[in-house]
Order: sequence, then structure tokens, then C-alpha cells
Amino acid sequence: MTSDAPPRTPSRTAPPPTPAVGGPPTAGQALSRTGVAALVVLGAVAVSLLLGSNAIGPGAVLERLLHPALDEGAIVWGSRVPRTVLGLLVGAALGIAGAVMQGQTRNPLADPGIFGVSAGASLAVVLGVYVAGVTSVLGILWMSFLGAVVASVAVFAIAALGRSLSSPVPLAIAGTAVTALLTAITSFLVLTDQSTLAAYRIWVVGSLSGRTLEGIGPAIVMALAGLVLAAANIRSLDMLALGGELAQGLGENILRARLVGLGAITLLTASAVALSGPIGFIGLTAPHIARAMVGAGHGRLLPAAGLVGAGVLLLSDVIGRLIGGTGEVSVGVVLTVLGGIVFVMIVRRSRMAAL
Amino acid sequence: MSAAAGLGAAPRTAVIAPAGRLAVLRALRRRYLAGRLLLVTVLALAATAALVVWGVMAGSSDLGVGQTVLALLGAGEPSHEFIVRELRLPRVIGAVVVGLALGMSGALTQTFSRNPLATPDILGVTSGAAAGAVAAIVLGGGAYAVGSGLLGLGMPVVATIGALGTAAVVYGLSWRGGVDSYRLILIGIGATATLGGLTNYLMVRGSLSQAAAATQWLVGSLAGVTWTSVWPVLIVLLVITPLALTQTSALDIGQLGDEMSTGLGVPVQRHRIAVLVCAVVLCAAAVSAAGPVGFVAFVAPQLAQRLGRTPRPPLLASALLGAAMVTAADILGRAVLPWSVPVGIITAIIGAPYLIWLLTRRTAGGRSAA
Repeated sequence: MTSDAPPRTPSRTAPPPTPAVGGPPTAGQALSRTGVAALVVLGAVAVSLLLGSNAIGPGAVLERLLHPALDEGAIVWGSRVPRTVLGLLVGAALGIAGAVMQGQTRNPLADPGIFGVSAGASLAVVLGVYVAGVTSVLGILWMSFLGAVVASVAVFAIAALGRSLSSPVPLAIAGTAVTALLTAITSFLVLTDQSTLAAYRIWVVGSLSGRTLEGIGPAIVMALAGLVLAAANIRSLDMLALGGELAQGLGENILRARLVGLGAITLLTASAVALSGPIGFIGLTAPHIARAMVGAGHGRLLPAAGLVGAGVLLLSDVIGRLIGGTGEVSVGVVLTVLGGIVFVMIVRRSRMAAL
Repeated sequence: MSAAAGLGAAPRTAVIAPAGRLAVLRALRRRYLAGRLLLVTVLALAATAALVVWGVMAGSSDLGVGQTVLALLGAGEPSHEFIVRELRLPRVIGAVVVGLALGMSGALTQTFSRNPLATPDILGVTSGAAAGAVAAIVLGGGAYAVGSGLLGLGMPVVATIGALGTAAVVYGLSWRGGVDSYRLILIGIGATATLGGLTNYLMVRGSLSQAAAATQWLVGSLAGVTWTSVWPVLIVLLVITPLALTQTSALDIGQLGDEMSTGLGVPVQRHRIAVLVCAVVLCAAAVSAAGPVGFVAFVAPQLAQRLGRTPRPPLLASALLGAAMVTAADILGRAVLPWSVPVGIITAIIGAPYLIWLLTRRTAGGRSAA
């Protein structure tokens, strides 16, 4: 970096959320805070394995974990282990996707889950069932992947056509409009066909329960590919934070940076949607928490966002198990309520005059 | 840069005498009292009337013109009378009053915030009303049927409380030494998401039949409308419309910015609260009768403004176009298309592309595309 181009925060177009009080954290602080986040995730894994609608003591859970043969009713190995593994995968994927998306757009409200992606995946699943008679787990996985990709590209294209992507309002409204349109078409199809409704109802609730680990290999491969792309995008994201023109002046290949970023976002989001159904707001919330912990440099931010995403998703899932009474409240519902509140807090902190 | 700035740069002036205010108003209105708006209003009224006639005639049982008229007058066969007077007429009148309420509500919020994107749907008012209504369905305990006994009275009240509470919270959270219309919209979107989550939570806690009923209702449908659910909306319209019309002068002047309004002697805060309460109550009444019928409150005022070439969405023309839109969508959904499609789906399929089109035409200026 040349000395006549001092690094400045991109506060004019997209004010980043205020970092922790007392300036950006040092490398040591960031490392220790990432360690704390990792410990919280481990704790969340333990809680997720221990708590549930069937009361089993900690000792018994451990025994069943070590000896799968003793696991009566397959509660631990059949239900709690899969949903914990899924929670880790989906939460980390969405958290990192959100961090990449916020970095790429320099938009504090960017979130892969809320801007049309869920609605696109839902419509694609319904179309798959309705038109092509898709019923296999793998088929639904591919359909949701396809829908998520198309919808996210559409929302960003609409927002980009109108004004710059870094302005929160067009992006948020484009997401709302695309969601409304796709949901209406989905409802229309679902209302005309009972068997589609049956398949759709199970899928549409973003949830970690009732999903098995079988046949998720392709989704894991997609998520890993997304992770590799995100890691390759770290340096470009730090450059883009200075603004597109400055980054270009510093020798960054903008087109390549954008394509790698879009690929990472799409692969991570789509694999998460395919695994758990539509779950929103993790991608919005996790990067903001992570940024407050480790600062805005993407080399630290992406791993921290992944850890925070996994932790938040697992804990929300546990909350959903506990407040549901007789039934369970799916993690998607818990996160929508929590995430909406976080969204409002972010809007209140951002300076709207800077739009 | 923000839309709220308007002509706010005008110097703070002392309050001008009423005569001066009249002169400003006359200058503001000269452009659109020239007859074009009147023509649009009359045409919208005629379209609504024609659609009402078509709506009463159309349906799965084939009644001729004579039979329908006889049945309307109470002189036809009992079965025909039941079809026309208890099934079709309340549904058509329901569509008209819901459309009137939504159209006027949208015109009020769009004018008030000087932003076409600020509709009750996006500001969270509709979801507040919906969450209240679903709470009434699920926590009300009893069996659900629109307009039956206590629930028929209870649901509009609970929906109104939900809508008013949401509006107060969204407006309060947006307040930072003044309300910026974009912050208002974003906080409304956040509130909509949270309320949607709460609504889903309520549906999980309720029984399966309650959840099914709530799902049906949340799409926005006139299928369950009876006279019992039409009356509250009609009463609200009769009370609120004159109240809203008393605010037209302030709304006109308000387009010039808050400082100008204050200078011209408009009690800005009182006017704002009056307009907001009118919009919220109208929207809540419509939602409690037909569910959240989306995009009418967005499209109708914009259409009225463009057709009438007025500087802000005109109240009466917006309301009438809303009525025509809902009635037409309902007839389309129940009598024209081969399947019966709820009115909310049709308005969303028409309205969402319009919103997307408007977004793609936004210019770099702070004010959204006009």
C-alpha cells in the first residue's frame, strides 16, 4: 500500500458498525476473542447434545455417544447428533457467506438469507415437485440450490440497476419485492395441488430437526468449495473495503474479485438452504457480532463470523426446543424474531444521512 | 439528500397570516384541480360501480340478469336470494370497502413520508395487524370462523391494537431528532420480519386446525367475508374519511417540507399523528376483514398520482382505484380463472413487478423515482 493512499474507512457510503470501544482490537485481542468464540461453540455443541424434549442425563448421553448400540430409540445418534452437525455446518456457512456479502456490497444490511434467497429456493422446490415430480432428497437439494442462486442474482441485479449496492434501502426493498412475488407464485401453485403442498410444508420451515445426514454429501462438497472461494477472496475484500476505484488503483482485478465473492456467497448459501431449508438472519447477525469482536479485517473476520454463526444457530435451535412446549419451535422462527430485532438495532446505529 | 429534506433549506419564517396560507394552497393546487384529477376520480368510481355489477352477476351458479335483480330486490326464489344477498353481495361490497380502506391508507402514508415506498405493508402496519389477528385466532381459544359472534367483534379490535402498537414502535424507533423516511422504511422491514416470526410462532403453538385457518387467512382472501365482517370496515371508513379529508390542506403544504409547514401555520406534530392514526386504523380494518391483501396500498395511490398528474397521491382517487383493484382481483380469482385464487395472491403478482420496476428506475437522487 502506498503512503499517499492512507487506509480510510468506507464511512461515506457504508458506515461500518462501530468496533468495540477503544479502537480496533489488536491481533492478540482478536486471537483470544476468536478462542472464546470457539469455546462458546463447543459449549453450544454440548448443550445441543444434552438438551431436548427427551430428558436424558448427561452421563447417559455420554454413554450412548460412546456406545451407539446402547442408544435406545436412536435419540442421540439418530436425532441430536445429526442436528448438531447440521447446525455447525449451516451456521458457519451462512455466517461466512454474510461476511463476504457485506464486504462485497459494503452494505451493513446485506444478508444471504433474507433477500429473496429463501423464497427463490421455496419456489424452485415447489416447481420441482409440481412440474417434474421430484421427490428424492437429492432432487430437492438440487432444486433449492438452483432457486437460491437465481433469486439472489435477481435481487442484486435489481438493486444494482437502480442505485449502488452499498445503499441499504434498494437492496432491502428489492428483497422484499422479489420475496413477495415468488411467495405469491408459490402459494398459487401450492393451493392448486395438494400433493405439492404436502411436500412443500415439510421443507419450507427452516429447521434442523427431521433431517438426516444421508445424501448430504453433495451439499457438503458445495459448502467446502464455497469456503475455499471465500478464503481466496479475503485479500480482495480488504481492498474492496477501500472503495472500488481505490482498489482498482491499487492493482486489484475488480471483476475477478466480484466473481470469486459471488461464487463463495452462492455456494455457501445454497448449500445451507439445501441442508436445512430457508433460515434467515444468521448471515446478517453473525458478521456484525464478529466485527465487534475482531475488527473489520477479513482475515480475522471470516473465521470469527463462521464460529459466531455456528454458535448462534445451535443456541437458537436449543431455545426453539425449550420454548415450544409440546411441539418444537423451528430454529428459523426463533432466528426471524431475534434477527429482526438485530436488524432494527443496526439500522438505528447506521447514519442514514450517509445513504 | 434524504427525501425528508425537501425544501427544508427555506429560511425559518414567522407564521404567515391565513390569507397567505390560502394563497400558497391555491398556487399548489392550481395544477391538479384543472379537471384531470376529477376525471380520474369519476372514471375510478364508474369502474368500481361496473365491477360491483359484474361481481354480483358472476359466480359458479348461472343466474340471469332478471333473476339477479329480482333476488337483489328480495322478490326472487329463496335459493337465488341467498346466493345473491348472502354470498355474492357481501363479498363484492367487502372487496370495495377493503380496497377503499387500503387505497386511502397507502395514499396517507406515502404522502406523509413523501416516499412512495412507505406503504402500510412495508412499514410493518399490515404485519402488526396480521399478528394481532392471528393471536386472536390462536389465543382466542374457540373455533375459528370469520365473523362469528365475539370473534367477529374481537378480531378487528385486536388487529387494530396490533397495527397501532407496531406503528407506534416503528415510528418511535425511527425517531432520532426527526424521522427520516428511509430509516422509517428499514425499521418497518425489520419489524415486519420480527412480527412474521412471531406469527409463525403463534401458529406453531396453536392447534392444527387453527394453524390451517390462519394460513388461509394470511394469504389475503375474501372467501370468508360475510356481512358481519363488512360492517366494521364500513363504519371505520365513514368515521376516518372525513377526518383524513380535514388534513388535506396540511398534506398539500407538507410536500414543501416541515419548516415551510410550520411557517405556514400547520401544527406539524398534531397533523402527523392524525394522519398516521387515520392510515393505521384504515389498514387494520381492511386486514381484519380480508387478511393482509398486499400491494394495493402501494399500487393504487401511485396509479392515482400518475393518472391525475398530481404532486402527491390524491386521497379519494387512490381509495376508489384501490376499490376497483381489489374488486377486479377478486372477480378474476373466483370467476375468471379456472381455479379459485385468493385475492392477495393476484394483487401480489400484479403489484410486486410494479415495485421492482419502480426500483430499477430509481435515479441517483435521494428522492425515489417519480
